[in-house]
Amino acid sequence: MGLEQVIFVMITLVAFYFAYKQFSKLRANVFLGKPDATEGPTGQRWKNVLLVAFGQKKMFKRLIPAVMHLFIYVAFLFTQVELIEILIDGIFGVHRFFAPILGGLYTFIINFIEILSVLAFVATIVFLARRNLLKIPRFVKSEMTWWPKLDANLILIGELVLLIGIFTMNGADVALQKIDPEHYPDTGYLAISSTFSSFIFDGLPKGLLVTLERAGWWLHILTVYAFLNYLPKSKHLHIMFAFPNTYYAKLKPRGEMENMPEIMNEVKSMMGLAPEGEISEEIPEFGANDIFDFSWKNILGAYSCTECGRCTAECPANITGKKLSPRKILMDIRDRVTEVRNNLETGDIKYIAEEKRGEGVKLAPENYDDGKSLFDYITREELHACTTCNACVEACPILIDPLEPILKMRRYEILTESAGPAEWTPMFTAIENGGAVWQVPDDRDAWTREG
Amino acid sequence: MNVPIMADLAAEGKKPEILFWVGCAGSFDARAQKVTKSLATILNNVGVDFAILGNEESCTGDPARRAGNEFVFQMSALQNIETLNMYGVERIVTACPHCFNTLKNEYPALGGNYKVIHHSQLLQELIEAGKLKVEGGSFKGKKITYHDSCYMGRVNGEYTAPREVIEALDTDLVELKRCKTKGLCCGAGGAQMFKEDEPGEKRINMERTEEIIESGASIVAANCPFCLTMLQDGVTAKDKEEEIMVYDLAELIVQNNNW
Repeated sequence: MGLEQVIFVMITLVAFYFAYKQFSKLRANVFLGKPDATEGPTGQRWKNVLLVAFGQKKMFKRLIPAVMHLFIYVAFLFTQVELIEILIDGIFGVHRFFAPILGGLYTFIINFIEILSVLAFVATIVFLARRNLLKIPRFVKSEMTWWPKLDANLILIGELVLLIGIFTMNGADVALQKIDPEHYPDTGYLAISSTFSSFIFDGLPKGLLVTLERAGWWLHILTVYAFLNYLPKSKHLHIMFAFPNTYYAKLKPRGEMENMPEIMNEVKSMMGLAPEGEISEEIPEFGANDIFDFSWKNILGAYSCTECGRCTAECPANITGKKLSPRKILMDIRDRVTEVRNNLETGDIKYIAEEKRGEGVKLAPENYDDGKSLFDYITREELHACTTCNACVEACPILIDPLEPILKMRRYEILTESAGPAEWTPMFTAIENGGAVWQVPDDRDAWTREG
Repeated sequence: MNVPIMADLAAEGKKPEILFWVGCAGSFDARAQKVTKSLATILNNVGVDFAILGNEESCTGDPARRAGNEFVFQMSALQNIETLNMYGVERIVTACPHCFNTLKNEYPALGGNYKVIHHSQLLQELIEAGKLKVEGGSFKGKKITYHDSCYMGRVNGEYTAPREVIEALDTDLVELKRCKTKGLCCGAGGAQMFKEDEPGEKRINMERTEEIIESGASIVAANCPFCLTMLQDGVTAKDKEEEIMVYDLAELIVQNNNW
């Protein structure tokens, strides 16, 4: 086994090990949320995965970014073939393992990847320009602070590095095929590399070409490993989470808010419609004031968000200058989950809720209390600005529901805290006492007696 | 006006084909009452066998639920379901998209299962079946635009029936800049109707009114009592109440047919 192989295998193992650790942590983070059964037809769920995640159906509401995104996405998908080859070559110390096996098909695949890569390169430059030069409104909203901006740019620059790696590798390879056909199997004519390679690489000394080919190869694979370990910290995670998120997306009617059986049953027994239930000693908490009260699917959604801001761009409250931004709600949930996880990892007993402390009690999600909540991230003003118009739900290209967390937090505010906008109280009272949203005389059919 | 009450019919041992769910706005709000009367007029003229609950109707609970007050929602909703089930109601028509949504999508989980239809859908059905004739009326060639209510549009996916009703009046239907799936909210949903706006640059209904003015239409048609209020407020605030009329679909039909 050559030294390069040994180094490659070691780096690969390390990269996968750290990625595995991080993704396991992500999984645990998602399940900090409450259990939530997955109901409804599985067929419909797979259809959503195929059409919405795989097929990018909802992206095409905005044509230009959709086409640009498609270039990068399809290039990413097909480059996996080349990536598998890199892995095989790296582990077994061979060169272009698939080339002699696949023959003409290999030439076709690599050509396909090369053309897509050029398109992806152009798209990436366009995306950098849209963010940094054109400053498309949804990319420069107030929640797009230094990290979300840097994150987006790092991803795009990373993509450029990946593509530079591929083209350096292929270009030098094509030149080497002419000098040393024994070690460099024929890839056939490559649309980009064969055409441009001659200008840059032909005539260079063999030693330099070999170095360039290796440099391109290593640059590509190391960037891939860097991405793999960067994903769990980045909005770019959507390239993976979009798939489970579309699968688990709610299939019930959009207009159906989650029922609260505990309240329904209590009201039923109050009205004499059901036998009285047992009265619990504990003061019940309703709604959500922290990530633990959300469904794990809400947290999955927050992690799936790539901060594209289509939801915020369609939000009537945001359009008219209110503080609410559906994207920020998702980013806040994700950031709060990260904070909780970091605190949990310290194992510090100061994060155990006071009433649950005791000898031998270890810090766990069940006893966690850091004195903070999601209300430290999301203000009431934001929650109160929502019209429940579902524009954000409609806009999300990967079926994230930013509305459900908002409504769960409203429930906490009203039901658990007995707080909320004071102007709502007369409406509640009117419904409760008079059965109408306004204080009006009990005369619903008065209009029938008018002209 | 001849509007049968459910309890009276039940006393006679009768049951109407369809219940007209009037809603709070339709019952008490002066502007929405006109829509209620228009729809009752249409139902009477077409000969639809209907009744209302009258004082036995309560708020569906929609604004309470969306504000976060599940207790109040459940109390009102369970009361309504008791009443509806007692009368054995099977079909319901309502002129309010919020009532429509709650009755159709939220009552089943509480034990209330009905076939619910919005009046824009019923009107479209009646026109298509030839039961409601609307040809050659005063709106012929008039530039009319349609404002999608969130709860019929995005929430329940109904974009075509209201448009077909408007087109049946031989009008020149023009679309707003943001329409159908991208339709802009009037600003009233999610219990916003019952509170002041949060601080911002402008009111949502003003943003929407600007689009209506831009469309050049002389009439904006809506299908929701809260949209009607918000749009009328916007048009008035822009001093356009002489040039732009805000109507519900039912009102357009009644005017068209001189009923």
